[in-house]
Amino acid sequence: MRFAQTLIDALALGALFALVAMGVSLLFGVMRLVNFAYGEIITAGAYALLLTKGMATPARITVTLTVTIVMAALINLVLRPFRTVPPPTALIATFALSFLLQNLAILWFGTQGAAMEFLPALNQAFTIGEVRIRWITLASLLMGVVLVGAMALILRRTDIGLQMRAAAADFTMARILGVRSNRVIAVAFLATGFLAGAVTLALAVQRPLVTPSYGFNVLVPALVGVVVGGLDRLVAGTMGGFFVGFATVLLGQFLPPDARVFLNSALFAVVIVVLLVKPNGLFVRHTKGFERV
Amino acid sequence: MNRRSLWELGGPMLLILAVAVAGSTMSRALQLQARSILVTTAVVVAMYLFIGNSGVLSFGHISFVALGAFAAGLATAPAAVKPTTFPELHPFLVQLQLGNIPSLVLAALIGGLFAFLVGVPIVRLSGLSAGIATFAVLIITNNVLRNWELIGPGAKTLSLIPTTTGFLQATLGAWLVVVVAYLYQRSRFGRMLRAAREDPSASRAVGIDIQRQRLLAFTLSGTLAGFGGGLLAHLLGSINTQQVFLDLTFLTLAMLVIGGIGSLWGAVVGAVVISTLNSFLAEAERGMNLVGVEFQVPGSTRLVAMGVLMLAMLALRPTGLTGSRELAWPFFHRRAHKSVRARMSDPDTPG
Repeated sequence: MRFAQTLIDALALGALFALVAMGVSLLFGVMRLVNFAYGEIITAGAYALLLTKGMATPARITVTLTVTIVMAALINLVLRPFRTVPPPTALIATFALSFLLQNLAILWFGTQGAAMEFLPALNQAFTIGEVRIRWITLASLLMGVVLVGAMALILRRTDIGLQMRAAAADFTMARILGVRSNRVIAVAFLATGFLAGAVTLALAVQRPLVTPSYGFNVLVPALVGVVVGGLDRLVAGTMGGFFVGFATVLLGQFLPPDARVFLNSALFAVVIVVLLVKPNGLFVRHTKGFERV
Repeated sequence: MNRRSLWELGGPMLLILAVAVAGSTMSRALQLQARSILVTTAVVVAMYLFIGNSGVLSFGHISFVALGAFAAGLATAPAAVKPTTFPELHPFLVQLQLGNIPSLVLAALIGGLFAFLVGVPIVRLSGLSAGIATFAVLIITNNVLRNWELIGPGAKTLSLIPTTTGFLQATLGAWLVVVVAYLYQRSRFGRMLRAAREDPSASRAVGIDIQRQRLLAFTLSGTLAGFGGGLLAHLLGSINTQQVFLDLTFLTLAMLVIGGIGSLWGAVVGAVVISTLNSFLAEAERGMNLVGVEFQVPGSTRLVAMGVLMLAMLALRPTGLTGSRELAWPFFHRRAHKSVRARMSDPDTPG
């Protein structure tokens, strides 16, 4: 029974990390940019929840989603000059931006964490047989499935989705054929802002203590997932994120405590090995096709 | 060696000497800041040796600094206190007692050995992959050092390290690193690596083994970074794993980028200018008196300022303050160099 319990927890964390990973992958697909600052969008959402403490829940949700989307748009603006620079320069730039935003958060809110108190009731559990399932676990899973599905639909069935896929495949060619690059990138950023907002809401219930590195701590494992799964493809990257969340819970439960502290090392060692052995990612079956998103 | 090329070495060394001389005339607190500028310069130049010459980004160099710092610290901290503070430490490390200079040599050796071991796989990567893989190295090193109490102090602070990094040791240490970096970049190995940075295909065609050259530079750079870590441990007198992790990585990379990633002069100028500014802001965070006006800025202002500066520099002038040129003999015209954008280009990704 303990195993079933762990399995469900693992699925839930996997679903959350998959959402973060999807945001990272989507941006990489369209902009060829690994955005370290993506975590700070989540942090901004978390502080929005903190500042709206005491307000009605629908209002808090609206404010949080607005803040994450605006934050994503702002980051898009700041990173604009780095669209044309080589990838390593852009990587340093997003690293610097992430650091800058974390320290701005320290400046305004201090390093001490504060409790967001967002829907703590969802942490209650109901039981099926002997398995206790928290409502938030169910909610995260559901949200993960719905959002990944919705994203897939948008990419497959709408004009802007088609344009995003075209831009991801070959940005220059897409522009020549009339895809407006600013619009595609802006939409991608807005989508990732919305995803980050959704992740914040689900995370806030389970990890109520917001600190300046709140989002960074989630971004790093998700980034691992994206690289391991396949940076170049949205589905592969998202699966990678899921895989990392899933494995983290599973290993955290079954490893002896002495070994558990080295879990992070093991994850990052996998990253290095994958980069060396299968640089396209584990979940990418064929490399012939052009589609990256 | 002609006058111009000698100046490429002499200029940076004079700047370091100027910091030391100016610093030694100041108050005690500022003296510590000045010495820390010199040690930081050593670390940044060590990073430049690999990043600048190869054009491959590394987020991992601070792990070599960390290893060097802990090696030098453990080798010189009093043997009597080690078993009580760190009960799980390996008996060999408890016994280990070295003098100041041997501990710095040990720090350099450990840094170099670790860089070599890490480098064997890592040098096969470039561009984005190298950035992410070296970031992984940084996280792994920190995670292991923090949790494995057999080889180090774990999450605790290692203190009572003899503070032997005075102005003499800091200056000579920074000079040594600069001289090695200079000799390397003028050697045939350095030239081969720079050729590979400019045009990987052409350099392969003339028989340069890029991975071997990168590994050599990575190891040498790791050795110097380990040495810099040793200097750092002897400067601070106490060290813990969080002091040699993300913050320091960010700061040193900011220095390299702001100074100019493609030249030795850029690395030294960036380190001196940015750590001076950093020290100034650190004092301001503590509260200071400037021209009769008491003022204090809130904590972490300096990291915010660094972030803004770094982003602005990357966006507006990616070749840094120095334009990634070496210091020219002041009586000749400067030689034009290619922009650093071309140098940092990623051979794996088209466009």
